[in-house]
Amino acid sequence: MTTEKNEVLISVRGLEKHFKGGELKALRGVDADICRGEVVVVIGPSGSGKSTFLRCLNLLEQPTAGTISLAGVDITDPTVDINLHRQKMGMVFQHFNLFPHMTVLRNMTIAPIKLLKKSREEAEAKARSLLERVNLEDREDAYPSQLSGGQKQRIAIVRALCMEPEVMLFDEPTSALDPEMVGEVLDVMKELALSGMTMICVTHEMGFAREVADRVLFMDEGKIVEEGTPEEIFSSQKEQRTKDFLNKVL
Amino acid sequence: MSIFEQWWLPIAELVENRQPLNFFQNLYKEIYMNAIKDDRWLLYLDGLWVTLKVSFFAILAGTLLGTVLAVLRLPSVTDYRYRGNHPLKKLGFGVLRFFCWFAKFYIDLIRGTPLLLQVLIINFGVFGSIRIDKVIIGVIACALNSAAYVAEIVRGGIMSVDPGQTEAGRSLGFSGLATMLWIVLPQAAKSALPSLCNEFIALIKETSILSYIALTELTKAGDYIRSRTYSAFTPYIISGMLYLLLTLILTTLIRKLERRLRASDH
Ligand SMILES: Nc1ncnc2c1ncn2[C@@H]1O[C@H](COP(=O)(O)OP(=O)(O)OP(=O)(O)O)[C@@H](O)[C@H]1O
Ligand SMILES: [Mg+2]
Repeated sequence: MTTEKNEVLISVRGLEKHFKGGELKALRGVDADICRGEVVVVIGPSGSGKSTFLRCLNLLEQPTAGTISLAGVDITDPTVDINLHRQKMGMVFQHFNLFPHMTVLRNMTIAPIKLLKKSREEAEAKARSLLERVNLEDREDAYPSQLSGGQKQRIAIVRALCMEPEVMLFDEPTSALDPEMVGEVLDVMKELALSGMTMICVTHEMGFAREVADRVLFMDEGKIVEEGTPEEIFSSQKEQRTKDFLNKVL
Repeated sequence: MSIFEQWWLPIAELVENRQPLNFFQNLYKEIYMNAIKDDRWLLYLDGLWVTLKVSFFAILAGTLLGTVLAVLRLPSVTDYRYRGNHPLKKLGFGVLRFFCWFAKFYIDLIRGTPLLLQVLIINFGVFGSIRIDKVIIGVIACALNSAAYVAEIVRGGIMSVDPGQTEAGRSLGFSGLATMLWIVLPQAAKSALPSLCNEFIALIKETSILSYIALTELTKAGDYIRSRTYSAFTPYIISGMLYLLLTLILTTLIRKLERRLRASDH
């Protein structure tokens, strides 16, 4: 990887998220530092708070307590313009969430045109070059309903990339896909990781984690129970809970 | 002398001599008396023009206002669908609660009282002492009324849009309002269009109530001609056919629009 790795891009301190008026504690104090260019994979059992953690990072969930700073700016401070900061954090959803009433090209260009004030030509040129990168250059006029799941998710990834984000958040991007389409999406993510993008991925694809992650976070019951290199997590876990989880999924 | 007058002459003579008329002569007599004599057809056209004007602007204003009401009336900030991402969150919790309450109150009030009463109140109460074009009063009354119905239709449309769409919009950096405008409302409009079409047709027909405040729209025009010719059917039927024409044109336009919006789902 080419990028320098020690500059902290996202710093999370004491992050808590409660639902149902405090009855349900989805996150119970999460601390994490994510460096620029780093690929972090988050794993853990269902309901452990992985999605909640990811969604708190760009404030799709309002944290109950704790701070999140992006490049030194505390984005949980109500006075910061969260919309500006969200532009720097691309997000890819399990269910793609492409805009069904727009063509692929429009899906990719609407945000750069309206938010980054790019000209149509500039935005479309960028979108086309990204479409080429994921081998979908011939689908720019298609509507999402005309695409396969794997194609949709590749489009969702490049739609986020059109905003030139500093970090990409993935929430189980392959979980809603037919098995034969998982590979094409993972390939795009691998390529993105190699290009030096900072990535935080929640996934059940342990192979991807092993191969691509710089660091793996294991979450359980709203906390990061263990973290380390893929080697450490998959081969020499220290925590019993990590062992139990991996025994079940591997 | 126009061709219509020439056709009329022999029938006029029969009428003069109290001779019986056959079916076609009778029909022509009705048409002649109620539409041709003294250029009466112009009265229908004037009425049609007024109805068209009132309907057009009332549909426009009612849809805009109704959409605003629908957004104001969305589930509260804490609703699970928005997870703290309510499109108007910036206004603050208290203000939003008030708006939501107000929108509900307005919708219940308007839907629960007769349009005729609303028209009378606006005409004699609100604008009683101000000289103002009756067309404007008609537009205001019909728009305020239609907005309440449109609000519920559009709200249904908004609720039918997957919350993931809002999340995707917000995650790209769109503000709550921009997400609503560019991403949610276009999809909501698509599913709400058939019901909206119903509402617009109802509005066109309900403008006939404005004849109560002496606005010479299509119904009033027919009624006026009846008062001159004492034909009990023909003037109303002519007015009715013109309403039908308006609503059919509207229906056709909306069906076209629906077909265009369907282009995205195959
Ligand atoms: N909007 C919400 N309202 C109430 N409870 C919620 C909400 N979102 C998440 N939760 C709860 O918080 C806990 C953590 O959920 P989360 O979705 O973060 O888990 P996860 O690790 O992503 O699980 P999965 O692997 O199934 O996606 C769960 O118990 C879930 O039911
Ligand atoms: Mg999840």
